[in-house]
Amino acid sequence: MQAALSLSVKNLTKMFGNFTAVDNLTFDVEDGKFFSILGPSGCGKTTLLRMIAGFYQPDNGSVMIQNKDMKGIPPDKRPVNLVFQQLALFPMMNVYENIAFGLKRRGERGPEVKKKVNIMLERVGLPEYGSKKVTQLSGGQKQRVAIARCLVLEPEVLLLDEPLGALDAKLREHMKVELKKLQVKVGTTFVYITHDQSEAMVMSDYVAVMNSGHFEQLDTPQTLYNSPASSFVTQFVGENNKFSVNLVKDESNVFFAETKEGFRYHLSDSFNLQDSESFDMFVRPEAMIINPSRPKPNFNIINADVKAILFDGGNSRLLVTPEKSEEELIVALPQNRQFDYIQAKDSIKIGWDPDAAVYFKQADERIYKDEI
Amino acid sequence: MIRTLPSSKIYKAGFRLFIVIFLVFLFAPLIITMILAFNDSMFPSLPWKGFTLDWFFGKGPKIIGLFNDSFNLRGIATSFKVAVSVSLLSTMVGTLAAFLFEQENFRFKGALYFLMIAPLVIPGVILGISILLFTNSLSIFIEDTFGIYLKFLTPSFGLVVLGQFSFITTIVTMIISARLRKFDRTLEEAAANLGANRFQVIWFITLKYLRPSIIGGAAIAFLMSFENFNTTLFLVGSQSTLPINLYQQVRDGSTPVINAISFILIITTSIVAVATLNRGGSRKS
Amino acid sequence: MKSDRQPIRWSFFIFFIPVFLWLFLLIVLPHLELLRMSFLGSRTSTFTLNNYKAFFTEPIYWLTFVRTAMYSILVTFIVLVISLPVAFYITKISSFKLQGLLMVLILVPFWVSELIRVYGWMILLRESGVLNSFLVGIGIFKEPVEMLYNDVTMVMGLVYTSMLFMVVPIIGVMGNLDDSLIEAAHDLGAKKIVIWKEIIIPYCMPGIMSGSIIVFMLVLGSYLTPKLMGGKNALWFTEQIYNQIIVYFNWNQGSAFGFLLLLLSSLIIWIALKLTRQEFSKVVK
Repeated sequence: MQAALSLSVKNLTKMFGNFTAVDNLTFDVEDGKFFSILGPSGCGKTTLLRMIAGFYQPDNGSVMIQNKDMKGIPPDKRPVNLVFQQLALFPMMNVYENIAFGLKRRGERGPEVKKKVNIMLERVGLPEYGSKKVTQLSGGQKQRVAIARCLVLEPEVLLLDEPLGALDAKLREHMKVELKKLQVKVGTTFVYITHDQSEAMVMSDYVAVMNSGHFEQLDTPQTLYNSPASSFVTQFVGENNKFSVNLVKDESNVFFAETKEGFRYHLSDSFNLQDSESFDMFVRPEAMIINPSRPKPNFNIINADVKAILFDGGNSRLLVTPEKSEEELIVALPQNRQFDYIQAKDSIKIGWDPDAAVYFKQADERIYKDEI
Repeated sequence: MIRTLPSSKIYKAGFRLFIVIFLVFLFAPLIITMILAFNDSMFPSLPWKGFTLDWFFGKGPKIIGLFNDSFNLRGIATSFKVAVSVSLLSTMVGTLAAFLFEQENFRFKGALYFLMIAPLVIPGVILGISILLFTNSLSIFIEDTFGIYLKFLTPSFGLVVLGQFSFITTIVTMIISARLRKFDRTLEEAAANLGANRFQVIWFITLKYLRPSIIGGAAIAFLMSFENFNTTLFLVGSQSTLPINLYQQVRDGSTPVINAISFILIITTSIVAVATLNRGGSRKS
Repeated sequence: MKSDRQPIRWSFFIFFIPVFLWLFLLIVLPHLELLRMSFLGSRTSTFTLNNYKAFFTEPIYWLTFVRTAMYSILVTFIVLVISLPVAFYITKISSFKLQGLLMVLILVPFWVSELIRVYGWMILLRESGVLNSFLVGIGIFKEPVEMLYNDVTMVMGLVYTSMLFMVVPIIGVMGNLDDSLIEAAHDLGAKKIVIWKEIIIPYCMPGIMSGSIIVFMLVLGSYLTPKLMGGKNALWFTEQIYNQIIVYFNWNQGSAFGFLLLLLSSLIIWIALKLTRQEFSKVVK
């Protein structure tokens, strides 16, 4: 038996004038999952979320929530609630009144409201905060009130519009974990949109990577990272070293990737050679191995100069330049301190297994803007 | 209900109708007044008897147009002189007051601030009377004690300027303060750090920053002074300002020459207002 | 911070002295003089309470006073009721392109002198006015009706002349109201009335109060509009003051009236602020 679907979107399309913000999207979200939509600004993710919430009417397609078509149903009548990007807590009310607001609109009165609000405050870790003014709360506390205000209404789906965006880095890291724990605890389906890939990866059961109105890939975070389906996903999710290369054949009919400087790299055996004259090759920093022995014959090894050591604790990396090249590559530094001797301006060797690289035709690459 | 929320057609149409009616309400009297300035009739009323410019340029004997009407021309000239004086004076003092209340700390600042905004809630009539009474008593006192008769303390041009200045300065102060409050004071500190003294800091940094609000404040002061009636009424001497002149004419039966004056005033104030608003608009963006 | 500004305290006096002279000579002393004069007999120039006694014993005086206060409150309320949807339309409903144009359209008429705006209504509404000729012309009225000189027209005129001072502050705060608050309320199930009651009006309270205070003050102290549009046999309190000062030349009686008007306005503003739990200095900003 299939798991029940909280949310089912079919052929959803939204145009603004000639601009297609959301382009014929179809996807399902199972009950109780944490589902993220990850994409750069302007990719249409907010539009998608607002259509699910009911603030925008789709031009085509349907939104089903718990198998009920939401066509023509206004936001206040839908079993979904939205946590706004700027949170939109009502400044003229205290914490308690903010959370009780929706219950009162349903006509609930008396001790029942009080009980529900207090349970919810407890659940988000803010007991005794009911009488506080919204302005007295810290960023993280506001966050939790905004979520509590929606959860108290027991929505089928909770929509979150980049709610961590306004927080500072440290708090954001903390809230990621909090939010995930909260979602597991309450078991509500979360649909979360963000442009921050780390938020999406850490919290989600499934991530959809969105680009100019459509999904590039919808998968678990692990699959997204290890087997990206497109050049866009490869670049958007995690860090990558990119090589723009041409396909060449040597005297003995073996195929190589050749850079514009004339370097030749071995290719993975599984690489599909069909009409791929020029393509991009991507290698993750952690797939780059420093001063490797040659474990297999087609292992790529190049000489490179260390430009800088980017020390960042557990996430330290080297910035290197292959010799006779202007390109910059990022190489992960293993944490066993075995490479502590490496200094800037040293010459080292780096290598990678062609099977750890991914390859995409350049023509395949959808427009990927740098200003994400 | 708002742009981003779906709302019914009736709601939108109803709201639009409301705004249209509101705009008609706003503009009907002004437009009628302007149109009737060109009616070839002895009364500012319908029926339409044909287009004429006589109410602007007529040389008499039947119609004396505005530009040959020395009584109203004098009124306009006086109002203009008053408005220029008030505008200059209140912009200067208003700028100083903005600095005083935004950048200085001193005892009784709260009390002085309260006094500064008090003219907002003092009816103009009362302000006019109090200044009239005070200057009258003062001039009697000075004449009795020193035997000097100070003419400017009796209702006159100078008193009108002082009376208008007393409350228009509050408005100007608030306009300039609003901008000064947003000023990043580290700029001043940076300038001081680079060797500028307090005077140079204010002259080169702060006043440059305040310039749009100073110009805006001066324009608003000019318009408020030009049209002021309530305070002026009690302080005016032999030189009447335009609003006082107009009031007498309107009260005692009017000719379309008032429409002609209105036409010119509406057009010029609109231009000044739009220019000021545009400056304000571009400043924000 | 303090210590490094110590040697340049002279800047403080450059700011302070003109401001102090302005407030002391043109606001404080004149009002003290007003108070002093109100306690002097008009002939005897000795201390007396007769001027105040006259107010309470002559029904014509205090009735005018009550009437003026009541009408001012009524006008303020009407202005508020019209201004809220106007401000809402401009800030939240109209398209962004239209927004700027509407702002200018609404502001411009208010720059035009009050006298000219009242004059516009007079030539529209009076017996020989434009509206009458029009209505008689198309046969709705058999003969012209005098639409001027009654209380309804006067209230409309006062609403018209003071509208801006409510619309502008409300637009100011409403523009800052984040749309997502309204969306969130809607998403949580609130109806339009609830959104107005629980979100928009509480949020706009500072703007509503400052608008109300200024409108109330302007209406209470208004002279032209009631004089030119109001009924001939019912006076506005400012007209009583004018009569005492200019017509009867009884400055002491006039001072007492003026002081009472000042007292009344302060009292009503104070009550309104207390009722809505706003602070004067915050509201005025």
